[in-house]
Amino acid sequence: MTQNRTMEILVGAFMAVGFLALFFLSMQVSNLSSSNGGEGYQVLARFDNIGSLKVRSPVTMAGVRIGRVSDIAFDRKTFEAVVTLRIDSGYEQSIPDDTFAKIFTAGLLGEQYIGLDAGGSSTFLTEGGQITLTQSALVLEEIIGQFLFSKAEEGTKIE
Amino acid sequence: MLEQLARLGRIGIGSLEQLGRGHLLLLYMLAGISELFTRPRLLLNQLFSVGVLSVLIVAISGTFVGMVLGLQGYYILSQFGAEQTLGVMVAASLVRELGPVVTALLFAGRAGSALTAEIGLMKATEQLSGLEMMAVNPVKRILTPRFLAGFVAMPLLAAMFSALGVLGGYFVGVGLLGVDDGAFWSQMQTKIDLYDDVLNGVIKSLVFGFVCTWIALFQGYGSAPTSEGVSRATTRTVVHSSFAVLGLDFILTALMFGE
Repeated sequence: MTQNRTMEILVGAFMAVGFLALFFLSMQVSNLSSSNGGEGYQVLARFDNIGSLKVRSPVTMAGVRIGRVSDIAFDRKTFEAVVTLRIDSGYEQSIPDDTFAKIFTAGLLGEQYIGLDAGGSSTFLTEGGQITLTQSALVLEEIIGQFLFSKAEEGTKIE
Repeated sequence: MLEQLARLGRIGIGSLEQLGRGHLLLLYMLAGISELFTRPRLLLNQLFSVGVLSVLIVAISGTFVGMVLGLQGYYILSQFGAEQTLGVMVAASLVRELGPVVTALLFAGRAGSALTAEIGLMKATEQLSGLEMMAVNPVKRILTPRFLAGFVAMPLLAAMFSALGVLGGYFVGVGLLGVDDGAFWSQMQTKIDLYDDVLNGVIKSLVFGFVCTWIALFQGYGSAPTSEGVSRATTRTVVHSSFAVLGLDFILTALMFGE
């Protein structure tokens, strides 16, 4: 009888530890704790070029992550990228409608993210709102190309 | 020439026959699950021998694998000035691959071989025939509880492996090598996805648990009832399980993480 009891306890402990490990993996290791599901609201932003921005890329304001990119689509009429940003709940009434959206790169080789610079307007974006002021991603090749081009131009002027 | 062809044919038919027997056994085992719920103690006993007794080897291996990942990852990542992403590397490789796969290999060696030897010896000593004489279905009574226990225990063991591995990597990376504590966890939390990474790892370990236990029980049940037969069956269990795990891992990875 006592042997049975010890076995029951050990099996119970085994299962408890196993589920605890699963819980640890999902809470501490993965992004469950930092993402709050489908809540919040969505705003649109149009960019000429989004570089390597991806769905789930962070959206930050003053460096604080306030949402994620939830969808990226291509507008066939205007040839622009339409990026849907899902802003976490708790940040309602915090994005003025003249906010400036830029695509930044974290570090030299890091991933790209959207940084929002708040404007001065007193009306705020709501569900389905659109950010009109945007700045495209910096594509390194383009910058180098422009740099070389301007250097070459300088050279011809001096002569 | 004709003799060679006949041999090839024999091998083909033989392996098909084995496959058929294996699937029939699986069907019989699955059919016995409903009866198992009336006798949960059978499952409890098997969970003890399959799960609890495997905890130690899984826990120790997991910790050391995580620590080695921490050391190796730090060495490579520090060359690019990216030590901060050590947490991501350790957690991603553990949760996605090493956790399920290494646990399955250990499981096949520790629990699978024990299952095969046990069933094989039961067969060799005619205990299974004895059960049948008493009108007790040996598949339902002996095999089904072991099968279900393996299926339940494997994901739990893999989760322990991954969790301890992450802690091992944390110990080496943050404790010994001086990676920033906050960056280690925050990078990990932003990059590791609950569904893409953790859940897929759990699905992998469920599949591996299913396959490893199935192979072990089939080999034991189909072993020749001699001491040599049992030893061969045990060897086959470990070899076949390892092949199956590594092959399936490739297929599952391609299905889950391929674009």
